[in-house]
Amino acid sequence: MDAIAHFFGAIPFELLLIQTVNGIVTGMILALVASGLTLIFGIMDVVNFAHGELFMIGAYIGVVVLATTGNFWLALVISTLLVGLLGAAMQILTLRPLIGRDPLTTILATFGISLILQNYALWQFGPTSRKLPEPITSSFTLFYLQYPWYRIVITVISAAIIGSFWAFLKYSKFGVWIRATTQDRVMAQAMGIPVPWVYTGVFALGAAMAGASGMLFGPLGSINHTMGLDWVLKAFIVVVVGGMGNLGGSIVAAIFISLLEAYAAIWVSPAQAVIVSFIVLILTLLFRPTGLFVSISK
Amino acid sequence: MTLASLDRISPRKGRLSHTTVFWMVFAVIMALLVIAPFVLPVFWLKFLTEILIWGLLAMSSDLLLGYTGLISFGHSVFFGLGMYGAAGALLHSHPANLWLAILCGLAGAGGAALFVAYFSTRLRDVYFAITTLIFAQIFYVIIFTWTSVTGGENGLIFSRPHFAIPFLVDFKFDRYTMHWFVLALVAGSYVLLRRITRSPFGMVLQSIRENEARTRAIGYPVDRYKIVAVMLSGLFAGLAGVLYAVQNEFAAPDFVFFITSGDTIIFNVMGGIGTLVGPIVGAGFFQLLRELLSRLFGDQFPYLIPVGMVFIVMIIFLPQGLMGWARRWLNQ
Repeated sequence: MDAIAHFFGAIPFELLLIQTVNGIVTGMILALVASGLTLIFGIMDVVNFAHGELFMIGAYIGVVVLATTGNFWLALVISTLLVGLLGAAMQILTLRPLIGRDPLTTILATFGISLILQNYALWQFGPTSRKLPEPITSSFTLFYLQYPWYRIVITVISAAIIGSFWAFLKYSKFGVWIRATTQDRVMAQAMGIPVPWVYTGVFALGAAMAGASGMLFGPLGSINHTMGLDWVLKAFIVVVVGGMGNLGGSIVAAIFISLLEAYAAIWVSPAQAVIVSFIVLILTLLFRPTGLFVSISK
Repeated sequence: MTLASLDRISPRKGRLSHTTVFWMVFAVIMALLVIAPFVLPVFWLKFLTEILIWGLLAMSSDLLLGYTGLISFGHSVFFGLGMYGAAGALLHSHPANLWLAILCGLAGAGGAALFVAYFSTRLRDVYFAITTLIFAQIFYVIIFTWTSVTGGENGLIFSRPHFAIPFLVDFKFDRYTMHWFVLALVAGSYVLLRRITRSPFGMVLQSIRENEARTRAIGYPVDRYKIVAVMLSGLFAGLAGVLYAVQNEFAAPDFVFFITSGDTIIFNVMGGIGTLVGPIVGAGFFQLLRELLSRLFGDQFPYLIPVGMVFIVMIIFLPQGLMGWARRWLNQ
């Protein structure tokens, strides 16, 4: 007992708090990625294996637009819109012909798209990583650290996007269409809702969210053609842990897993901290295979 | 070609039973593959041997994709553990024993398959793809970082074992015998897999593919069937890994990366899922396409962009794959 108390006593309180902030920052980006993924799944029953690549393309578009215009926020808007358009094109060209087929074919199709996008990025931008500069360089003192304001801004923007998306689903006409299609697509069609376009719109929305999160995350890490994989894997873990198709659960799970990884990073290297989320996933599959947070908002 | 012509002849003859025709075609193709080493130049022989190995991997995946209706992104794990199991056995046995390598490779792949199967089959089929992808990443991270055992990024290098049956034969593999050895195991696996898919067990798997809820309602323990299917599939994938390791004399973490699983799925879809023959054809088609593109446009050409486009077009317009026309006949 003593040893355990000593072990935990040895962690400085400041470090714990810093890691909490870090966990929430990455958690919000992850929530943004995962809510796009879970939205697409919940409504279209499509598991989008290309979601990580949309994230990556978002970051790359950001790099290009920033290099030409020099304005980060403009780049954010443009990359969000372009990735949204790309999503719409993807849906119309590849997923729409597959409506009514075995849902497994959509997994195959999105996997094919992820191959194309990833190799396109490799071909176009080469294997070397790119960097995005932080648009806000000022920082504040968090104990002994100079903590960049930009990270706080990301968290707020992510929360704002998720929040406005929530409001959009709840109050706008298109949001009502989306919810109606989720509940009963045949009936929705019968009531005159253009279901195929709802699908396209939903896919574009989810893609745009992935693109925005890629751009927002850009300055925190390096941008390369394989960056999507880490994020899509984490987002998959989040949607399994949170309950697939459950928006609230995904957000809670994203923050939960990111916090755990941040705390784990106190003791082990960040690369090994990933193992923690794997363990959470395995435990979830063992004890609550339908998701840890299913009871939270449906 | 042979398949096509005989298929056209068979209904007209009428006297020959389906089984006879099937085994005749099988024998003709086998004979062609057996004499291939005498005809093909060195490069193309190795190419063909590798296609057979990739074909075995793809066939193993077809048991899940085509017959059970599960998309597995975990086949890189089974393949990779087959490689590392073989590498471990070859590095630690003196003299290096081929049979021990196969045994260890199969044990590694089977163990991993049991682990992956247990967790991945707990959720409905859409999740199977996701969880196997995540497990592929877990195993990749473990193998990549556990340098003391797996050699980390560099992998393990060893020399090819002798082909030895005690008191009978003992010779060093050359390109001829390597090809025949691979061919024998791949052909044996094909016959075995064909037997499995046509057995009552295989019928239950196909019924799970068609309607899982109904199969469960009839009283079959669906989860247990799925676990056994994944394990069987993993064993054959592990065998492919062993063969690849023995042929190329190394085990590398790249092959554990999920890209290998992705290629396997592409082989299946291109060749035609649910046919067992299709995946081998698909593997050949894929490798030829890659070779052609890199010869036309250079090594740096991102061949996966056109291959990915062909893949998507095939999913939409030719979901049965190249061998789809023969599906019924092959499974009869």
